[in-house]
Amino acid sequence: MHYRIVATVRFKKSVLEPQGQAVMLSLQGKGHESVRNIRVGRYIELEIEAKDEAAAMHEAQKMAEEILYNPVMEVCELKAEQIS
Amino acid sequence: MKAGILNFPGINCERDLLQILRNEYSATAELLDYRESFQHHYDIYFVPGGFSYGDYLRSGALAARARSLDSLRDAAQKGAPIVGICNGFQILTEAGLLPGALIRNKTLKHICRWVGLKGSGDWANQFEAGYSLPVSHGEGNYICDADVLHRLQDENRILLQYAEDINGSTEQIACIADTNKKIIGLMPHPERAILPSLDSLAGAKKYGQRFFELVFQQLGV
Repeated sequence: MHYRIVATVRFKKSVLEPQGQAVMLSLQGKGHESVRNIRVGRYIELEIEAKDEAAAMHEAQKMAEEILYNPVMEVCELKAEQIS
Repeated sequence: MKAGILNFPGINCERDLLQILRNEYSATAELLDYRESFQHHYDIYFVPGGFSYGDYLRSGALAARARSLDSLRDAAQKGAPIVGICNGFQILTEAGLLPGALIRNKTLKHICRWVGLKGSGDWANQFEAGYSLPVSHGEGNYICDADVLHRLQDENRILLQYAEDINGSTEQIACIADTNKKIIGLMPHPERAILPSLDSLAGAKKYGQRFFELVFQQLGV
């Protein structure tokens, strides 16, 4: 089966994330005064061939830990969907 | 001295290092290909600056997973001295050989200029007043958790701090060492403060020389 796993990588809450801060200031400058915080992250799609969803997630988890995110500064969330 | 310089696609400071190590320190210096493992028979390793793999994913992330890095890790376990400069520092943190991480400068700007630095930890009082080196980075904002920071401080492993806050780095950290004080990473470029053709500051050569002198002394090379 073919699965699409979406990895969402975000900075940890404890890290002041400069891109998000800059985007927020820009929006506030445009008059969007309601915005309180913005955090910019990364979205990664993986297409994986596996026997079932659990196996696809297991593979994705290994890949995430090996390279997709840096646990020193980031957290990663995985979501699976079957595409065929 | 026999020096190994790790090279990756997108690295652009490897020739500067090669030339300086050969011409200024009479070293036998060689470039090490990222696709190949190597035998540990060098006195010191350098991981140079640049933009390995176009800084894709995270600065240094992909280089840190290259085959040559497995060999570097083995060498590190045997106590080999390693110096990572700029992108090299990012690669060493990504590889887990140095603690913490380097994220986007708080100003979001790439900073390319000479900056004032002061020695701290083991290198306190080792530099003259006004000491400076060139920096050129967009992601030099050093972060780490409180435990790591306390250890760095308690063990005198913060070796250089920016004289002023240029990029948002925790404690204005510019250079650190690992637990065994055999691996050093820094964002400034000492190799750009040696060749007269690259000097944009009068007397800068001695600044670059001072750094390498201390490194060779500290790492016992």
